[in-house]
Order: sequence, then C-alpha cells, then structure tokens
Amino acid sequence: MKDTLLYNARLIDPEAGTVSEGALLLSGGRIKAVVTSADEIATLQGQTAAQDLNGAHIAPGIVDLGVKVGEPGERHKESFKTAGVAAAAGGVTTMVTRPDTSPAIDTPEVLEFIRRRANETAPVNVLPMAALTKGREGREMTELGFLLDAGAVAFTDCDRVVTDTKVLSRAMGYARSLGALVMGHPQEPILSKGAAASSGKFASLRGLPAVSPMAERMGLDRDIALVEMTGVRYHADQITTARALPALERAKNNGFDVTAGISMHHLTLNEMDVADYRTFFKVKPPLRSEDDRQAVLEALRTGLIDVIGSFHTPQDEESKRLPFEEAASGAVGLETMLPVLLRLYHAGEVDLPTLFRGLSLNPAKRLGLDCGRLSAGAPADLVIFDADKPFVLDRFKLQSKSKNTPFDGARLQGKVLQTLVAGTPVWSA
Amino acid sequence: MRFDQRHLLGIEPLRPDEITTLLDLAERYVTLSRARDKHANALAGLTQINMFFENSTRTQSSFELAGKRLGADVMNMSMQASSIKKGETLIDTALTLNAMHPDLLVVRHPHSGAVDLLAQKVNCAVINAGDGKHEHPTQALLDALTIRRAKGRLHRLNIAICGDIAHSRVARSNLLLLHKMENRIRLVGPSTLMPSGIADFGAEVYDDMAEGLKDVDVVMMLRLQKERMDGGFIPSEREYYHRWGLDAEKLAHAKPDAIVMHPGPMNRGVEIDGTIADDINRSVIQEQVEMGVAVRMAAMDLLARNLRARPTELAV
Repeated sequence: MKDTLLYNARLIDPEAGTVSEGALLLSGGRIKAVVTSADEIATLQGQTAAQDLNGAHIAPGIVDLGVKVGEPGERHKESFKTAGVAAAAGGVTTMVTRPDTSPAIDTPEVLEFIRRRANETAPVNVLPMAALTKGREGREMTELGFLLDAGAVAFTDCDRVVTDTKVLSRAMGYARSLGALVMGHPQEPILSKGAAASSGKFASLRGLPAVSPMAERMGLDRDIALVEMTGVRYHADQITTARALPALERAKNNGFDVTAGISMHHLTLNEMDVADYRTFFKVKPPLRSEDDRQAVLEALRTGLIDVIGSFHTPQDEESKRLPFEEAASGAVGLETMLPVLLRLYHAGEVDLPTLFRGLSLNPAKRLGLDCGRLSAGAPADLVIFDADKPFVLDRFKLQSKSKNTPFDGARLQGKVLQTLVAGTPVWSA
Repeated sequence: MRFDQRHLLGIEPLRPDEITTLLDLAERYVTLSRARDKHANALAGLTQINMFFENSTRTQSSFELAGKRLGADVMNMSMQASSIKKGETLIDTALTLNAMHPDLLVVRHPHSGAVDLLAQKVNCAVINAGDGKHEHPTQALLDALTIRRAKGRLHRLNIAICGDIAHSRVARSNLLLLHKMENRIRLVGPSTLMPSGIADFGAEVYDDMAEGLKDVDVVMMLRLQKERMDGGFIPSEREYYHRWGLDAEKLAHAKPDAIVMHPGPMNRGVEIDGTIADDINRSVIQEQVEMGVAVRMAAMDLLARNLRARPTELAV
C-alpha cells in the first residue's frame, strides 16, 4: 500500500507547543514523518496517495479519559457502537471507559466482555478502566492484578468516593505494588451527599441542596495524604475549584506522582448557566462559580491541570425530565468537546497546542500510550478539523443515543472534517 | 397599572409596579371578604385545580376559598395519595391534568424548581404555592399587604427576618419582594440556619437577636422547619428559644410600634413566645391569614385576565 501524505495542513504539535504549516506522511498506520519543507512536500505528492487539507488543522486524536458507555446494563442510553461513532465524529480516537456500569466492571470476566463488545463495534480505540472496589461499594478491593492483566488501564470507583480510608489506603498500597494507576474523585463524601449545586448565592436563591466547594479540597487533601503514604500513581479525575489548586500544586512540587483532570463543562460553563433549573446542566461535581472557572482555566494554561475530558455521561430524557434535585447528573460530550473547547481558543483564552496537550498528549502519557503526539513513530490517530466553521448545535443530530447536552442551540465554531485511527478514516464530514 | 405575567412562579420575575398593582387589587378583595355577601365573578366559568404534593391545610384552604369567592370551580387534589405514589412522573401528571383543561393550577411541591418545570408543560396559568426551599410568592405578597396596611407604606422600612432562613422559601420570597420595594433588611439567626452566600444577598446579617432587632419596624419570625432539616442544625429547641425565640425582652429592642409577623403554623415556645403571638397590639398574625385570601384572589384575578386576553391555545 502506498504511503499517505496529508498536505496543506496546519500541524498542532502539543509536545513542541507549536502550530506550523506542513504535511504529515503516514505509513503502516503510523506517522512516518512530519514534513515542513515545500520542496519535499512537492516531491512526496507524486509518490504517495496525497490529500489536500486546504489549510485545515491536524492534531493528535483525542484520548478521552473517563467516558461512560451504557454497556453492560444501560445499552438504551449508549452502546459501544453509538459511543464509538460519536467519538469518531468528535475527533476522539481513544475512549478510556469508566466502570460505573451496572453491574460495575469489577471482575476480569466483565472486563473481557466489554473488551470484546468494544472491539466488535467501536470504530475507535477503547481502553477500559476497572473498579477499585467490588461493586464500587468501597468495602473490598477488586482483583486488581487479574484486571490489570485483562487490560484495565486504571482503577477507579468514579463518582462514588471510597469513604472508608482504610479500604482506600489498602487498595492504593496494593495498586502501587502492581504499578497501577488509581483515579480518584476528590470530594468529601459526607459533606457533598445529596448536593445538586455549589453552595453560594445562586444555589440559595434557587433553593437547591448545595455543597461547599471546600469539599473538593478536603477530598483531594485526603487522597494526597494517602498517595504520600502508599506511593501510588494517582490521577484526580476533576479539579474544578480554586481552593483545591494549591493542594495539587504542593503535591506536584513534593514530587508525588499526581496528575489532575478537568471536564469540558467546568472549563466552559458556570453555575449561573443552570438558570431556571435546566437539568442538562446538572453535572458532577456541580458547576462552579465564574471565579473557579477562571482559576482552573489558568491552571490548565500553566499545566497544573494536566488532562481535559468530556466525562461523557449519557442519560435518557426520562432521567433528566425531573425536578432538578431528582434529575440524573451528567452530560454527553464525546462529539461536542472539541467545538465547545474551541470557544476558549476563539476567545483568546487558550491556544491550540495547550488544548491538545490536555486533550491528547497528557492523557496518553499518563496511561503510557504512544499516541497523543504528532511526531514520527506515533500511531496515525489523528483529527483533522476546520477551527473556524460556524454551526448551531442541534442535539437531535448527535450520534450518541442519548442527547443530553447542555449546548443544544449553542452557536459554536469548529467542525471535525476527518478522524483517523491508525491511518484509517473512521469519520468524514 | 399593569400585570404582565402568565404565571406566578415566584417574586423574582415581578416588577415593583406589578407588585403594587396586585396589592391594590387585593385591598378591594379585603373589603369584599369582610362584606356579608362575599361573591364576585372574576373567575366565573374557570376551573381551578389545587395540586398539593406536600401537606398543607392553611395555604390550600386559603386558595380554595379565594377561588370560590371569585366564582371558580375549585378542585383539590391531594397528590400524596395519588398516582405520584404509583411512580408517575411529575410531567406525566401535568400532561394528564392539562388534558382536563384547567385554567388555574395551584401547585405545591417538595422540590425546588418543580413548579417551574410543570409550568413549562401546561397551557393554563400556574401559581406556585411553595416549591422546596425556593419560593412561596403569595406568602410574600400577603406579608407585604399586611405590612403596608399596618405601616402605611411598603418602602424604607427596617425589617428583620429571623430564624430558619436556610430552609425557608418564605424568607427567600420575602427577601426578594422587600428588596424590590426598597426596604432595609436584616437577617437574624444562627449561622447554621443561614443559607450559603448570605453575604451577597444585600442584607445585613446578625447572629444576635438584640442587635438584629434594634429599632426595626417589622419583626418577621420564621417557623423552625424541622421537617426540612436532616439533623443537627441546632443543639436543642430550648437553647434555640433562649437565644433566638421572640419574647418580650428581645422585642423591646425593636421600635415601640414594631409589628410581629409569622407565616404559621407557629411552634409556640420554640421560635415565638405565646403571649407575643397573641398580643393584639403587636402581632398581626391573624391579619396575615386574612390578607392571604385577598392576595390570592387578586393574583388569580390578574392571571385570569391575562388568560382571557390570550387566544385559546391548542394542547401540546
């Protein structure tokens, strides 16, 4: 098979922090070379299957850390097939899936099942995470070793915090001896119980049960202390408040193996967006104040926050058409993440290499994957997009089975033109 | 004199002139209600459904009486006993009701925002009779009418709202209304019973009753919402009464002609001393109940006028 040349492109290199004009030469499902000299490109055009990108951007495909797929248990909300197509449509080339399914992914057998389902139906790479404790109940650790052997890339109980610190310290200690990555959800569980909003004037006026943003810092402080105790590799799924950032910074400065993520929603929305009890804006942790949003955005720029994820959480209409307190949490995001985050780029708040450092490079590095880079030898998992193309988002046109996006009707800019996994197109607009 | 609302979901969307319009009309219904013949026909031919997802005797009978005095066909639905227990969602209940073509729907629900949600799904005018910890607009309006009648004005008054503000929808609606009408508001109570973000509410916050009541014109006591608390907000009722219960000694810090209000039902000996509540020179608690009927008549009358001015819509 001939090599492929993608030319007349704007190459986003998150490692170098640059955007440059040039071409990518793909061969055997990998990036063979990054070509910037015009002469060389002209020569290569004759020898390869050449594709003119007409000045579109090309970036390493997104590695989305923390995607919920409804298998097993809630296939009516999302299957590997629909999630996979949504991912491809959104430029996500690797979905790192969550174990908060029913039943939870807590045995090698269930993990085996979902790996098979994913391989059969999803057009993008799927890497599963497994539960840290059995049934995500916080009482006994799962068979971390078997699960690791079966392909689990990280261990997490997702938004169910392990309340029993002794259980958590043992699970972390055991995970350390296996070299496994543990993903925590920093939240003081008793303080945040039943909360649907962040405490403050907005929640008080709306009369919503609320949690102090301080609960996130308390949760993070505990987890970091346990990291210090056990030496485990730790990733905080979402750091969304200003108050938690100094603790994160200290942990990193002290040399602990700690990283942190942030959701697309907390980077682009604040608590006021809930307005008159719009349940599609109910996420976990709840949306924060604008001050918090600004602080985490700054932390993303400086690199204190490492990873951006969609925290894709499909919910059917019934679970959202309820009074706010009773409505389910979460939003779909696989397909909307890139255009939504490009809002930050168009507003001049973050540049494209920084965005893809959080979307592709850092999550890949954290999981020990060789993708996420735009350099020779890396897999040709790529997203090609027009950063400027305007459109109005219509939630019923999403590929996901569930349509619970807070961005319905939003005016966005940026459209994925093509997504490649190992050099093969899995989505073309 | 304008009132442009389709629903009465809260005080928040009301303009000050709309509040005044409503209170002025309510004054006329006070007169009507005191007459021997209490009938008017503002709601004649209209169907009013009272849907209470939470227990209520006072508010429900007040709405029922208000509707009947204005000639509406009034139906009460006790929703605890109904299909909600059979797992029907709020929206399904709303759509079922909507098919019966009510004109006025009076709703109380234990969850904040539930009445807003319901209002999006029906064609009739919806009145919020209290949703969770959010709003209770007719209570704030009846309090406003009571204050205006007692003090001769509804602006530039010093008003203390005392007690369990965190769990109180009455406090939120009152705070919004009294702010819109340009009064100075104090919130008095222990910090465990103050809502979060209290510093941004534009009110002065006191944790001591003597300081909080100093020279106020109006003392609004709130009921300790024991049913909404999930434990441990105050050490005991007797300690609460000692520090924050309204008695003669604490009331002495207010202006000599200050009035005492309570939305009821009262916990005598917890948030208020019985003799203060019964003191006809200070307490306007009975008057509040009377104003309640008049204000609800006015609210339903205004909404019905807007309803009649709109062409009939097709059911969704």
